[in-house]
Amino acid sequence: MNDLSLRGVTKRFGATAAVDDVTLDIPGGKFICLLGPSGCGKTTLLRLLAGLEEPTSGQILVGGRDQTHVPTHRRDFGMVFQSLALFPHLSVGENVAYPLAIRGTPRAQRRARAEELLSLVQLSGMADRRIHQLSGGQRQRVAIARGLAIDPKLFLLDEPLSALDANLREHMQIELRQIQTRLGVTTLVVTHDQKEALTMADIVIVMDRGRVQQMGAPMEVYRDPANAFVAGFIGTSNLLPCRLLDPATLEVSGQRLPLAGQDRVKAAPGPAILSVRPEDVRLGPEGLPARVTFIRDLGESVQLVLDHAGQEVTALFSPRERPEVGIGETVALTFAPGGRVVLAP
Amino acid sequence: MKGREATTPGWLGILPGTALVVLFLIPFGIMLAVSVAQRETGGFYQWGFDLSGYQRFLSAFFGGVLLTSVGIAAGTAAIAVALALPFTVILAGLSRRTQTAILVVLLSVLSLSEVIVGFSVSTLLSQTAGVGNILAWLGLTAEARAYTPSLFALMTGLTYLSFPYAVLVLYPPVARLDPELAQAARTMGASPLRTFFSVTMPLLRAPLLGALILVFVFALGSYLLPQVLGRPEHWTLSVHITDQAIYQSNLPFAAAMAAFLLLVALAMVGVALLLAREKGDRA
Repeated sequence: MNDLSLRGVTKRFGATAAVDDVTLDIPGGKFICLLGPSGCGKTTLLRLLAGLEEPTSGQILVGGRDQTHVPTHRRDFGMVFQSLALFPHLSVGENVAYPLAIRGTPRAQRRARAEELLSLVQLSGMADRRIHQLSGGQRQRVAIARGLAIDPKLFLLDEPLSALDANLREHMQIELRQIQTRLGVTTLVVTHDQKEALTMADIVIVMDRGRVQQMGAPMEVYRDPANAFVAGFIGTSNLLPCRLLDPATLEVSGQRLPLAGQDRVKAAPGPAILSVRPEDVRLGPEGLPARVTFIRDLGESVQLVLDHAGQEVTALFSPRERPEVGIGETVALTFAPGGRVVLAP
Repeated sequence: MKGREATTPGWLGILPGTALVVLFLIPFGIMLAVSVAQRETGGFYQWGFDLSGYQRFLSAFFGGVLLTSVGIAAGTAAIAVALALPFTVILAGLSRRTQTAILVVLLSVLSLSEVIVGFSVSTLLSQTAGVGNILAWLGLTAEARAYTPSLFALMTGLTYLSFPYAVLVLYPPVARLDPELAQAARTMGASPLRTFFSVTMPLLRAPLLGALILVFVFALGSYLLPQVLGRPEHWTLSVHITDQAIYQSNLPFAAAMAAFLLLVALAMVGVALLLAREKGDRA
């Protein structure tokens, strides 16, 4: 299988490290999302994998073989660029068959393979169209088909769906995932959209400031964030300053909260941050005092925005559990046992 | 279209329109009239309708001259553009500051007159002061020799003069090229050279054709360099036109040759545009 390994990969541009000492081991055949805010180094990491940038130090291995200094055109990867980079001087079919033409595949065979790939992305019979005759979604599919033409060892995609409108994007996320499952190709997608990552990925790699912050299955990263950055970036999290007195007791705003066995503690005793998802915030007879500042009725859910000692706290309820409170009222907050994560500050 | 008409007043076109008629169409008409005028031996010419100038041109000698002119112009266009394309592609990849500096140097070449360029190349390739001495000193040749006048010297001079024009035509479209297109080709297995020929060049088809036409027309009218750097067999039609008009006092024949030259230039440009159109429709 085409396992992917990175060993201390670093890429510096001048004094700044765009990718800073990244070490990863990714099993082959998986769908991986590289997730992070813009400028976090995810695109640079993808370009390093593609060979479009050379690492300042470190090693990149695919299937156990060192690829660090192999030129781009000898890596046998597939790549979809953010701009798609389709060739306007070639037809749809010629675009898809370009990697095969470069490798000297006979014309008839090229044509057959292009047709096969186009039907994979639901563009059968479009081979003779020009690129400018296609819609945005169709171009997206052509770029995907072209990237898969040679059965790549690694399929790299840089923000592939960012140019599409919201509906089409969600549709393409599902489709891309289905294609990957069918072909079993090791796939790496760069995205800044956490929903997109959670929809498609087997493995999510969260990056910030050139470093990998956390790697894991989507739900694992969601439920068990490694640090405050991940907690804030994946989904919505309430982050409250607190103090860990001992591994089972927390102090928030002078009140003691006993921790349950399912709660996760990732900090040493001392100052810490309490991370709680909005769906794990409850209103109770007793708890932290907070004032209701806004109520958002979203139909499928009700969102309460609360103010606790100058800290904004968001709580999410299903419409059936909508609490009987109004704006300006003071309530008491509690957090569901098992929904609390104590992080290092 | 409507908005365009409204924003640019039509009367602004009067000045260039008038200039075109007075400075181009009327002289051109006079030239055509002279080309069919009757020559007076030992004198000037008389108005009339005499096609002997055209007939004389259709001889083996002037046919050969025309072929030489077209060949030299086409050769210059091919060499200048072949040099300018990789130059411009590499230039566009440099930093902004370096690009500006190089473009300024290139533009300053345009300010040199054909005379200076002609005599510089002539000196550079001469026996007494030319590169031949360096070659001899290096032991590559037995002794220094002159490389001018020759076709090589002529092509060198013409290429030197037209190279900046080719770069100026190619630079804007090359600078606008999306670098991801070439990178995409690289990820699909194309070597840098293959990428250049299979992606970069086809994408620049129209600007390349434009540069070829410009340099071709520019070189087709060359008059001074063929005399400074070429042998008599490399003299272009322009040289012969001047010869007929000034030294042989045969204005009708000179005008007829000029008309031919113009026809050839127009035909070449037309063919090039047709070629571009055909591909453009497919694209």
